[in-house]
Amino acid sequence: MTGKSPEKTPVSLVNFFVFNSEYGPREGEEEKKILYYYPPNTELDKKIKDVGLCEAIIKFTETFSDNPCEAMHAQKTRQVFHQPEKDFWMVLTVSIPSSEKEKDGQSYMEFHEDDVQDSVFDAVLKQAYRMFKLFMGSFQHILEKGTAQNLKQRLDHFFSRYLQTLKLNQSDILDVYCGIHFLPLDKNTYLKIQCLINLLEATFLQVKYTAFLYNDQLVWSGLEQDDMRYMYKYLTTSLFPAYMEQELQGGSPYSSSTNVTGGPSTSHYGKFVTGPPSLTEPQNFGKIPRIFVNTGRPDEECHLLVYRALSATVCMLIEGSFQIPFDFFKSLDSFLGPQLSSLASDIGEQYARRPPSTAEPLFKYVYFNYMNLAQKTTIHADSNKKTAGSVSVPPDIMRLIGDINADISRSSNDDNETIARTQTGDYWVVGKKSDQREFYVVINQKNANLIEINEEVKKLCTSHFSNIFFLD
Amino acid sequence: MAEADSKSAGVHYVQLSKHPIRFEPVSQLTNVFFDETNKQVFAVQSQGAMGVVVKGPDDKTNINFRMEDRGEVISIKFSYDMSVLAIQRSQKSVEFMNFTEHSDRVEYSQSCRGKTTNIIGFHWTALNEIVFVTDHGIEYYQVIPEKKTLKCLKNQSGQVNWFVWSPESAVMLLSSGPLGNIINPFHFKSGQLYKLPKFEVDLPVIPKPPKLVLHERDVTMAQIYGVLYICVLRHHTVAGKLTAEIVLYHLQRENPARRSCVLRLNMSGRFAVNLVDNIIIVHHQASKTSMLFDIKSGGESDGYVTFYDPLVPASPIRPFMIRAPSIPGQPGADGQKHELELYSPNWIVFQPNILIDAKLGYMWYLKLSLEPIVSLIDDKVKLIDFLLRRKDSKMVILKVCKQMMLPDSQASLPVIAQVFDLLNAGYREYLDKEIQAQVVVPSLGSILDHLVPYTGASESTQAMDNLRGRKAIIDQSDMYTHVLSVFGDSKNIHFKFIVATLVEYIRSLNQVFIPVQHYLYELVINTLVHHHCFYQLHQFLQYHVLSDSKPLACLLLSLESVYAPAHQLALDMLKRLNTANEEIIEVLLSKHQLLSALRFIRSVGVVDTVSARKFLEAAKQTGDSMLFYTVYKFFEQRNIRMRQVSKFAPGEHCEPYVKYFEGLFGADALMPSVPS
Repeated sequence: MTGKSPEKTPVSLVNFFVFNSEYGPREGEEEKKILYYYPPNTELDKKIKDVGLCEAIIKFTETFSDNPCEAMHAQKTRQVFHQPEKDFWMVLTVSIPSSEKEKDGQSYMEFHEDDVQDSVFDAVLKQAYRMFKLFMGSFQHILEKGTAQNLKQRLDHFFSRYLQTLKLNQSDILDVYCGIHFLPLDKNTYLKIQCLINLLEATFLQVKYTAFLYNDQLVWSGLEQDDMRYMYKYLTTSLFPAYMEQELQGGSPYSSSTNVTGGPSTSHYGKFVTGPPSLTEPQNFGKIPRIFVNTGRPDEECHLLVYRALSATVCMLIEGSFQIPFDFFKSLDSFLGPQLSSLASDIGEQYARRPPSTAEPLFKYVYFNYMNLAQKTTIHADSNKKTAGSVSVPPDIMRLIGDINADISRSSNDDNETIARTQTGDYWVVGKKSDQREFYVVINQKNANLIEINEEVKKLCTSHFSNIFFLD
Repeated sequence: MAEADSKSAGVHYVQLSKHPIRFEPVSQLTNVFFDETNKQVFAVQSQGAMGVVVKGPDDKTNINFRMEDRGEVISIKFSYDMSVLAIQRSQKSVEFMNFTEHSDRVEYSQSCRGKTTNIIGFHWTALNEIVFVTDHGIEYYQVIPEKKTLKCLKNQSGQVNWFVWSPESAVMLLSSGPLGNIINPFHFKSGQLYKLPKFEVDLPVIPKPPKLVLHERDVTMAQIYGVLYICVLRHHTVAGKLTAEIVLYHLQRENPARRSCVLRLNMSGRFAVNLVDNIIIVHHQASKTSMLFDIKSGGESDGYVTFYDPLVPASPIRPFMIRAPSIPGQPGADGQKHELELYSPNWIVFQPNILIDAKLGYMWYLKLSLEPIVSLIDDKVKLIDFLLRRKDSKMVILKVCKQMMLPDSQASLPVIAQVFDLLNAGYREYLDKEIQAQVVVPSLGSILDHLVPYTGASESTQAMDNLRGRKAIIDQSDMYTHVLSVFGDSKNIHFKFIVATLVEYIRSLNQVFIPVQHYLYELVINTLVHHHCFYQLHQFLQYHVLSDSKPLACLLLSLESVYAPAHQLALDMLKRLNTANEEIIEVLLSKHQLLSALRFIRSVGVVDTVSARKFLEAAKQTGDSMLFYTVYKFFEQRNIRMRQVSKFAPGEHCEPYVKYFEGLFGADALMPSVPS
């Protein structure tokens, strides 16, 4: 399977649309159903046909199952369906990778259906909805405040850009998990962070929720898990990388150490990532995204103000109705700047003291806990896939992990174990599930047998999971 | 200042002891003396012929006797154990009288040396040791009551104007020089006389021609926080205004006493100094108020000397009711209660906390009440810091802390954090000392390097007193019972504040390595659960903010119905505890996770000891016959391994499950009893 077809086409986006069947029930009004369609320059007739076909499939499958239709497999495409809110459907269609083959002197296209996994693209689609919801609120919420036209505008506004950022070809098990990387930290430092956040929220009452991150790792979230999950995704895949790039290019003219208030130099490293780029230019408020969270009540609108010192980031969700005056930024800066800077260097020191990981281990793993969304991977050099080619195992191994995951998810057992070996025999993949935790190990040992692999994984579990209840 | 005055109006933090010691007032017939060493008042009537009434701090020190009138008594003092009485009737000698039960009470006398020498005064310095202070120096004697003689121990000559004696530290200051400002300190210890470096008290103005300007009344000695200070009252002119200050000289063994603190009085006139609970109380007669100074609270240092303002606005001593003495010719007024004239010119103060009105015949101990001070110190951190150094302040501290939690008087988080840190620093210090005290016999540094005072208490009891009595220790249960309990009682405290406060407290405890008690965790958990902040709780557990324990794990298990992940958290915690395998099995069985349970007992090696019945019952309850089969076969294997037969032992009470198995799968499915 591997290596034979180097010129395989990548998975690509064929189309993506959002519709509501209730919007144009009568013939001739089908256009009304379509709320968003990508690519936008598609002929209306095709749009209507595509939506109609999906509607038909959905309706048809309903007669067989209580569960709505999830995916449709075709030779050249794969279509996934998602009904995020009542009567609203989202559909994503991707192409199946293909390669040119020759048989009996005749060239033909071979389609690699196995390269596309339903679970992964289902996750990609759901994520698309959640990201929309994070920035725009739920469909229902938009309709409560406005018209279907508003909803269309918002969908267009959001997805026309969001779809550009999708890296369908790199989607894998991590998209299925959509987990959070937590920062391991000692209790006392953690308590200090806690106290700083409590103080922040007590001092600035407009700050409703706070999250604290160090680099791309989460330390504390005052938001509910589900809100945090997608905000984390946004922060680590979009906001932070963009900010870092800007920083690297020296795009930010303002540095806090060069005197913010005009008073005696209060040197600290704090800066607003969203919000005013400089505290000396009171007319420039910068860009502060508005997001919708569901922690306190559904679709609560907040300003997402992000402040960073060294590697520590504080995300403050500020009441949406609050018109932030410029002085607010100033007092936040003088409150957070020094304390966050010192905390960040404390954490940094703790990290520096840790022994660097020893030479390349024989195995690589992915770990995920459904209960707290904690995720860990040594397969991905960079868990947020900012850079291409950061995956250190062949794509078919990644797919194998995805398949085992899909199998385990379908199984009703809480505990599960699967051991698989690739056709070439270079790799072993072991998938384990204990209670709500999943663990995949990839071992590159050509001559090992099943018993040896089993022993290897057992050892691994005892050394890595001594602190948790993980049955092996 | 005006504002401060209004604030302290009606507030009385200094008060007189409720039960003063009464004695015969000074009159033509009665002379009254006070002995600072034994704290006894002597009312001598007709030079003793009509009787001497001695009143001391307790019944043992009260005594009445008569003695012959041999002239006017100048001074009279008992030895420490009251076995010898010393009476001074002239400037040349002191008479002694043995006072034990069978003694004949014959007086014997000791004259001072030299014809021109006059005795200024004398003091008992130890059990049978006495020192005469003369205008030519000091004479140190040992009294030998059996022989009715005195033996000279030491002499020290030099010109003396006046002297001050501190029985607590056994230190005597002699004033010399024409201005009186050259101070020679001496320390008395077990028959030895130690001369400490002399020093000069800095005078604001040097009169010409020179005359005595530093007087005995301006100088007192006080042991403050274990350090001996000489307090000198000093009047000087600042910007044309006469004002007074008290300068504290730190008395040292090797070096001349050093000017280390200045208490700014900002008034002038007559002052008197007392010391209560390490607080310097300065009484001002003209304004009829008293000021408090704490040399551990604030102060501005110029690098050498620290300057202090009164801790709180000056306030009068609390009014005191006395019965009027019967006045001849006015029989009706007899026994009538009326208010005592405070700050009367007849008042005399003695160290550390004694106040005497000889005209009225009253002796009081001064007391400090902490409650009124609470309202006068706004800065809670400063207040708690101050209270922590006071005796019997525990309840006051807890009350202040409680106030800080209540909505109307809620303190800010940084203040709460600092207060917690102060409380826990004291708590930690106490724990450390307690550990030390258990390990080695305490060898506490004495009051003044090697200047060990004469006290009845042994060093070790004193050390324990310092530990327990002096400093208030606020531990977790105190906080829980008296302060944090308000969170449960008061409905209108925002839960964010509650959680923030509890986290601050836990942080503070952790910072000084004090293990946090379970009930605090429970409070945090209950608060979070009550407000459905499960995810926050989850994160706390993830970072081990709440330490592992069986009770906590059980609490988590009980939360599973409202928050599913609590189950996983509980299991993880039980696993980490390493002593909770039983509990883990119970949890798994109750969740019908039979296979997990079997794998678990195998992984921890308890297969042979678990109860098969328990597993079979749980398996039966699932209604899953394949699962039951698996579990049954598992234990059949165990039976064979352990007893070479597949049957269960009668004691295991598994018969119903054997039947159930037969019912499901038939008897053939059972393993043959004897393996072939």
